[in-house]
Amino acid sequence: MNTLTTTARPEQNVWLKSLASRFAGIDWAQTARQLLLPALGILIFLGFWHLTAPRIDTSLGAFPGPAQVWEQGGQLWQEHENQRERADKFITMQEERNARILAKNPDAEVKIRDYPGAPTFIDQIGTSLVTVLAGFVLATLIAVPLGIVFGLNRHFQAAVNPLIQVFKPVSPLAWLPLVTMVVSATYVSDDPLFEKSFLTSMITVTLCSLWPTLINTSVGVAAVNPDLLNVSQVLRLPFLTHVRKVVLPSSVPMIFTGLRVSLGIAWMVLIAAEMLAQSPGLGKFVWDEFQNGSSQSLSRIMVAVLTIGFIGFLLDRVMLLIQKKVAWNE
Amino acid sequence: MAASLIAGVGPVQGAIGEPEKADLKLGFIKLTDMAPLAVAWEQGFFMDEGLFVELEAQANWKVLLDRVITGELDGAHMLAGQPLGATIGYGTQANIITAFSMDLNGNGITVSNDVWDTMSQHIEKEGDKPVHPISASALKPVVEQSRAKGERFRMGMVFPVSTHNYELRYWLAAGGLHPGFYAPQRGDTSGTLEADVHLSVTPPPQMPATMEAGTIAGYCVGEPWNQQAVFKGIGVPVITDYEIWPNNPEKVFGVTESWAEENPNTHLRLLRAMIRAAHWLDENNNANREEAVEILARPSYVGADAEVIANSMTGTFEYEKGDVREVPDFNVFFRYNATYPYPSDAIWYLSQMRRWGQIAEAKPDDWYMQTAAKVYRGDIYAQAAQSLIDEGLLSAEDFPDFSEENFERPFQGELIDGVAFTPRQPNAYIDSFDIGLKGSDTP
Repeated sequence: MNTLTTTARPEQNVWLKSLASRFAGIDWAQTARQLLLPALGILIFLGFWHLTAPRIDTSLGAFPGPAQVWEQGGQLWQEHENQRERADKFITMQEERNARILAKNPDAEVKIRDYPGAPTFIDQIGTSLVTVLAGFVLATLIAVPLGIVFGLNRHFQAAVNPLIQVFKPVSPLAWLPLVTMVVSATYVSDDPLFEKSFLTSMITVTLCSLWPTLINTSVGVAAVNPDLLNVSQVLRLPFLTHVRKVVLPSSVPMIFTGLRVSLGIAWMVLIAAEMLAQSPGLGKFVWDEFQNGSSQSLSRIMVAVLTIGFIGFLLDRVMLLIQKKVAWNE
Repeated sequence: MAASLIAGVGPVQGAIGEPEKADLKLGFIKLTDMAPLAVAWEQGFFMDEGLFVELEAQANWKVLLDRVITGELDGAHMLAGQPLGATIGYGTQANIITAFSMDLNGNGITVSNDVWDTMSQHIEKEGDKPVHPISASALKPVVEQSRAKGERFRMGMVFPVSTHNYELRYWLAAGGLHPGFYAPQRGDTSGTLEADVHLSVTPPPQMPATMEAGTIAGYCVGEPWNQQAVFKGIGVPVITDYEIWPNNPEKVFGVTESWAEENPNTHLRLLRAMIRAAHWLDENNNANREEAVEILARPSYVGADAEVIANSMTGTFEYEKGDVREVPDFNVFFRYNATYPYPSDAIWYLSQMRRWGQIAEAKPDDWYMQTAAKVYRGDIYAQAAQSLIDEGLLSAEDFPDFSEENFERPFQGELIDGVAFTPRQPNAYIDSFDIGLKGSDTP
């Protein structure tokens, strides 16, 4: 406790100072816009939620208000901690047991296994994040090079454009059965590197989130200043150098706009795919809780909904940060 | 629970060899009858066998079956009709076997309040309470009313080859209402040909909400979804499956035939753990049921509120609000040889599949016998049980006599329509119903 307060104090001071300087700067209007208005918005939302929730009567009891959801959030964390404790015990137990076996027979084969308990809420968040990033990276690796090629070659673009337009609006719910069947049929291995459910979710995410990056990249590439293109032509730059030095720098903002939209879609698609296919992750958590139908289920689903929203927001912010770092204008 | 795990890691090695596959993933649907799996995990019975089992809830019966077939799941809690339906190629084609029957009874049929208002006028009363069991003939006036208005009378069940579908059909037909035929040979898998009552698939947890919305007027489902309707005051359970057929076989544990062939030791060890779990659930006159309710109420298993689960798991059932009656055998896991996979169970399910047209053509009696013997593997069960007896973990009295043939489940009581079930003459049995396909009929 002590360390907490002592470490908190300097920060507090810094914060106070910055607050003071804000006061000194007297840009009241801007401060209000930046701090007060969002806080007010959240407060009004919480108040509205708190007041209306008890009036919505579902077959699982009244709709949970902010307080119940907060409480369930704490409980989910507690469950995670408990499960971790058990897992640690389980590992120690196995180590002791293996030591005993090895003492008796030094040649015996021993193995430490992971705790086979059900994944917790926190575990599910981890699984979802890994899956969405894998799917998004794969989509990016496909979409950016393809987008550049499309942007550079108008004939090619004209040929492929109808396909893009047709596949772009396809929902993950339509892709999922196809992907599931194809993965099951083609991914056969005795000691698989990835779980089938991971591959299914990841590929579905890729298929749905590919398009904004692809389209934005090709548009960005096609819109490169013709003067630059002429310069490049005069200098007879080799193709790859041309792409690297001329095309990419001016199309990076567009590419990132596409990537941000793609990542947002990837996250939404993932949750839907997990719910439908029951692959591990936050989507499965939501569906499981819906099926539980206990008096706590709705609160737990709300915790998941808020978490999903918050993570989606953070992902977007991270992309924005990367964009700022990468957007070079030489 | 941690304590039982610690106790569990010490190896109890029987005559059965090391498991071929020690890390397993088993699927289940959130229903109280998955209890043997949860208990085998929590009591450390899986660990005793050197098995590291992960239990994973599945969204619905279709997903569960598909994932067992593709190998994502090593095995699963299944509807009795699923291994049979898959083996004969109804819906999905795959060879699935079962060597473990998970429970007896556990379902109910619920109707909405509106339906109940009309129905209850046609039911005999003793005092102010209706006399049970209630026949579907009391539902007839309601069905006729909606027909007069030009509307279809709809009810819900959970899956085309579900116990619930056959139970609901059985009850309706026993009361003189036609639940409709399937005609898969013409691509009609809706099961509503010539129907008085139109049955549709609704996932269990959505039943109360779907009935509340008026899409269906009633349903047949497992617990806790009948008691939920009572708790919410939206409907009235009219009959339990115990009253339709006392101690009827319910869920099974299914694996693919190829999995069982590749992992014989693992399979036996799984069975040993589940037999012990089922025994634990029923031992000392259900003394462990309270603890089982607490386990099942955890979010990673069934997750419903403990009080709702307890309502049916501890031997009572609430019909109309306040009308609580004793149904001591509502959920049976071990008594009456509940876990033994009698081929006669399979014959009953196959007879109903034929009766309602899911099996489109007449089949000889032999075919029924062979299909049942192929899917219901008492031989594997006997091996697992015998090893438990040899080790002194359970006694021989707990099981049927394995030197006998054990074809037929011991007489459990009469079915609600009084038609005698004759598993050795499946065709004669099918022909003895008033409503349903007979002989070489096709719808």
